[in-house]
Amino acid sequence: MPLRATHRDAGQATVVDLSGKITLGEGSALLRKTVRGLLDEKRIHIVLNLGDVDYIDSSGIGELVSAYTTAKGRGGELKLLHLTKKVHDLLQLTKLYTVFDVYTEESAALNSFQ
Amino acid sequence: MGTDPKHLEITLETQVESVNLAEEMCIRVAEAAGFGEDDCYKIGMSVREGVINAFHYGNQERPEKKIHLAVDLTGDKMIIHVLDEGTGFTLASVPDPLAEENLLSTSGRGIFLMRAFMDEFDVVAGRTGGAEIVMAKKLPLQDNPGTNGQGTSPHQGA
Repeated sequence: MPLRATHRDAGQATVVDLSGKITLGEGSALLRKTVRGLLDEKRIHIVLNLGDVDYIDSSGIGELVSAYTTAKGRGGELKLLHLTKKVHDLLQLTKLYTVFDVYTEESAALNSFQ
Repeated sequence: MGTDPKHLEITLETQVESVNLAEEMCIRVAEAAGFGEDDCYKIGMSVREGVINAFHYGNQERPEKKIHLAVDLTGDKMIIHVLDEGTGFTLASVPDPLAEENLLSTSGRGIFLMRAFMDEFDVVAGRTGGAEIVMAKKLPLQDNPGTNGQGTSPHQGA
């Protein structure tokens, strides 16, 4: 399933709800465009809701890292929410689980910006 | 050991669509060979990463170059070859993505994932002059203890 991305305001943060696959090509490109667009609008506190992302490849992992570092570079923060088992296992395997701030509850993710 | 080896070969264009095509094809072969869902996922992901490697690093995304994918089902394992038309590389030259200084790199995890997901993995010099990734996974229902690790036993390519 191709990646879909919608976003919504949640206080000072923005939650991006993603569903589908984050893979080489359109999936990675859409994630990049979405995050860059938010950062350009000065919405620098971002939560990526990955609850419906069932597949991610090395390109998608790279895009998550890029989103994380770009947000930081703009003075913001990017957090991950609701990892599926496959995404969780991949982030653990690649040692990125300790790099990202990962949450299982949206409220906790949002409160972490305060 | 069985007595009915099967061989499948396809030449792919250097384009993003080839990544999905190769992955889907190999998952179907793996399913037919009796691999479970988790192993099919790992095989599919490994093929995807192998073809991405050929597409991006090997063939430099040049459309006139091809990607050669071959799958062999022997009596005890599924062997996958991904050959590009680049200039080749050695595993020793691939940075460790788990090294502290590489953790925030936006690329360079494909080889690592293939090694983690397959029982055997190697890169050899291909007949095109490019790199040939050769990786294998042992078929299920075999008495092969300890096959879920990160085996890197060399396997000579075709």
